[in-house]
Amino acid sequence: MFAAENGLKGDPRLKAISDAITVVPHFPKPGIMFQDITTLVSNHKVFKHTVEIFVDRYRDMDISVVAGVEARGFMFAPSIALGIGAKFIPLRKPGKLPGEVISEAYELEYGKDRLEMHVGAVKPGERALVIDDLVATGGTLSAAIRLLGELPNLCLRLHIVYDLLLQTYCGYCDSGWLERNGAEVVECACVIGLPELKERRLLNGKPLYVLVEPREL
Amino acid sequence: MFAAENGLEGDPRLKAISDAITVVPHFPKPGIMFQDITTLVSNHKVFKHTVEIFVDRFRDMDISVVAGVEARGFMFAPSKALGIRTKFIPLRKPGQLPGEVIAEAYELEYGKDCLEMHVGAVESGERALVIDDLVATGGTLPATIRLLERNGGEVVECACVIGLPALKERRLLNGKPLYVLVEPRA
Repeated sequence: MFAAENGLKGDPRLKAISDAITVVPHFPKPGIMFQDITTLVSNHKVFKHTVEIFVDRYRDMDISVVAGVEARGFMFAPSIALGIGAKFIPLRKPGKLPGEVISEAYELEYGKDRLEMHVGAVKPGERALVIDDLVATGGTLSAAIRLLGELPNLCLRLHIVYDLLLQTYCGYCDSGWLERNGAEVVECACVIGLPELKERRLLNGKPLYVLVEPREL
Repeated sequence: MFAAENGLEGDPRLKAISDAITVVPHFPKPGIMFQDITTLVSNHKVFKHTVEIFVDRFRDMDISVVAGVEARGFMFAPSKALGIRTKFIPLRKPGQLPGEVIAEAYELEYGKDCLEMHVGAVESGERALVIDDLVATGGTLPATIRLLERNGGEVVECACVIGLPALKERRLLNGKPLYVLVEPRA
């Protein structure tokens, strides 16, 4: 849902945020009207507004994890995590996180990419947010949701029982699901979202919260 | 200079920060003892200490720009910029920033890499900080300093969470003061 339809209608901070975004035509390739948020984060007052809006929204929602998507998500997510007293978890490109990771593939316009997260970065049942600068098709956020583990707890418990049975009677364990972290993604939040998402309040079954639409030239 | 020798000797926050770092041997290649700060940023209290120490230090230094280096620098620099009420400027890998950029190459152990910054991101004479998670040989930070200066900025200090002990002898990096919170964990 867009912030203006969810309690912030007419809030002057939203206009200031939108005005602070720079549109760069045909980047990174022809036809794309790139929404450049560097002019937002270099405007202290507007950057502060952006963080405040998210902190005000999530402060009392019992969130313990704020996950940010590399790299532009890293510009927003840590400050939100600090503001609401949650841990910040980076979701990174392949090969960047040391130690044991899980990964999810997602579609790009041409080809695929992957996102990785540390095993054990979140505990089962923790309530999590996913933060990125912009949501278009939702491919990246969907991968983030899968990494954090949107399995309903009942499903996780059933898999635990299934694994115990396998171990007892067959001597092996199919722990693929247990390797997922099992957090509950409460909402995905982005500064910018495509207008067609207004019709689609959920992304992979998860609520989506967006501050502004893309700017036009 | 290290924080413990610059007013924060015995500060329990420094020990907490050091303890929150995880050492990962032989990553990304054999022989490297990687200092993983993800366990620091996932510890809210310690992450908050890190921000507070930097904000307390730089709050009254008339800084107007905080530059952070992609990508781990992005985990630390924006919150510092917000804390001292300045602009945040990202320094990015090639091809990531749209529009007009300037670039600086720097040496890696094997080969070269490049860092880019928007033209006009800082105004002439603006006082700038550079923030990164770790400084080792200082390949990235000197490139950052050069980028900011080419845009007319004055780099006041480079600040990192972790710095190699060898840097204790070397208070300056490319002629700029260096401020570090802790040594690498063993």
